[in-house]
Parts: sequence; C-alpha cells; structure tokens
Amino acid sequence: MPIDSAVIRKLVETTSERIIARTDELTALDQAIGDGDHGFNMKRGFEAILADADRICAQPLPQALHAAGTVLVMKVGGASGPLFGTLLMSLGKAMPAAPSRTDATQAFAAAITAVKARGKSEPGQKTMLDVLVPVQSALIGDRPLRAAAAEAAAATVPMKASRGRASFLGDRSIGHMDPGARSSEILIGAVLDVLEGKV
Amino acid sequence: MSNVGVVIVSHSAKVAEGAADMVRQMVGTDIPLAWCGGNPDGGLGTNVEAIMKAIDMAWSDRGVVILVDLGGAETNSEMAVEMLPPQRQGKVIVCNAPIVEGSVMAATEASGGASLAEVRRTAEELSPV
Repeated sequence: MPIDSAVIRKLVETTSERIIARTDELTALDQAIGDGDHGFNMKRGFEAILADADRICAQPLPQALHAAGTVLVMKVGGASGPLFGTLLMSLGKAMPAAPSRTDATQAFAAAITAVKARGKSEPGQKTMLDVLVPVQSALIGDRPLRAAAAEAAAATVPMKASRGRASFLGDRSIGHMDPGARSSEILIGAVLDVLEGKV
Repeated sequence: MSNVGVVIVSHSAKVAEGAADMVRQMVGTDIPLAWCGGNPDGGLGTNVEAIMKAIDMAWSDRGVVILVDLGGAETNSEMAVEMLPPQRQGKVIVCNAPIVEGSVMAATEASGGASLAEVRRTAEELSPV
C-alpha cells in the first residue's frame, strides 16, 4: 500500500503516544528484572521523535524510518536506543517507498537480522527478538499479528534471561515479562492500528 | 599524537572521569584520552553522540580503544563506531575488559607505542576466558 506523508505522520504520532503513555508500565517491568530505565529511555527517544516529526515526516517512507531510527540511537541513552534504532534504520534500508506485503515481510526479516547482530542475541533469550521473530512468522503464515505479538510477549514471562542486564539475575528473571518484548508488542499494535485505519 | 588513543565510556560520568583521572596519574599524558558518561538528560546511561565526540577527541591515526562498563555502554559504543566515517571505523575497537583496570592497562601499553591489536590484547588479558 502507498505510505504517504499523512500515514507516516500518523505512524510517528501513534507509536510515540503509545510508548509515552506506557512509560510507567515499562519502567515497572524493567525495575523487576533490569535497571529500571527502559520506560524513561523509550519515552525520551519517542519524545525526541515527536519533536523532530516535521523533518521525519517530510521524507519518503525509507528515509523517514531511517531518520526516526537515528533519533532513537542518539537520544535514548540506553541499549534500547541502538536496538530499536537499528530496527527502524534497517527497515528503512530494506523497505521501498510503496511496499507490498512481500516487501514489508522481507524488510522486517532484514531488520530482525540486524537487531540480532546488534544485540548479539537469538530468540529464546528473553528479549525484544522474542516478539519480533514470532510476529515475522505470523506475517509469513498470514496469521493474526496482534495475537501473535501479545502471545509472544506473554511467553517471555517464564523465560530465563541470558542477554542484557536481566541475565545477571539468572533464575530470578523468570516470572516477569521482558520490557523490550512489551515495547515491541506496543509498537507493533500501534503500527497495525494505523495501517488498518483504526486510529 | 602517534600513540593509540583510549576512550572510557561508563553509565556514570563520575565513574568515567574517575577512571580517566587514574589513567592520567598512572600513565601520564603520552596518549590521547577522552571519557564520557551519562544519558542525554544527564542521568545514568550512555549516549552515542557523546561517545562519537569522545572518539574524535582521543583520535589517533594508529587507532582508538574503547573501555566500557555495563551492557548498554557496549551496545552504544558499537553503534557509535558504526556511525563514524568509513575510513575510521576499522581503527576503533571496543575491548572486552573491566573498565578501570582495562583503561589503565590499555593506556600503559599504548604509551609505549604499541599497535592497536597489542593494546587490545593487553586490556583483554584481564577478562576471564
């Protein structure tokens, strides 16, 4: 579908508003198993995207994604900056301006590969990848994406962390949802709502 | 300067500055040295833009090693390296070493004119295999 500048603006605003509205929830999740900064860091990053929205939204989709990713890299202040920033920057590199479903699926796969390399991580380690990878599978299998994202985020609860700060906790990381997985679910939900015309 | 440079990246500006003070006192001023710490708001965290500036300040044509503390400092440092001009990217290495001891060891090795690979090896000798 064509992603024009009005849709890009809606994507920027909806993803940012959802993350900012969930700051406390994300912080609480990260206080349980990390260092408690994920909510604030993501809020800082997405506030910076909103502040820069005019510049970002004036560009075609690939460049807009890359620009938004660069803002996250520069402004977040924690590991989630390069991780979510790399996700968006890689999507931008791989996505045409008017992507088909196939284009979007392939770009998402390329972005997941880049996030794996950035975080030196694989699925199963209680990270954002544990949402991104199942959603990619659902995209390929034409299964409902919201349900896939929600189930995948919930499935991080019993996982034991072996990457990131939560890995210091070992078995004590079991029983809490991974904050990066939850952020990924929120972002995917926001993107779907915009693309399906629900907001 | 013709010696390898050292950059110290901590979540805390105080830790980074303190480690840099120790390097200066123990190794002196024969190496380019820069540090940064804290997120863009001044709280605990790391900041890609500040890391890129620190690399620039400690730049040497022989290369630069970066010493980091916890996870995000490493991820953000690797990101900063990838955002450098291509001709500089291959000359910057993020070391797998404890931040204070690694900084002092790297700086000591660098001050003797060692290569980038030698400086890294010396810093990383401190890490458990």
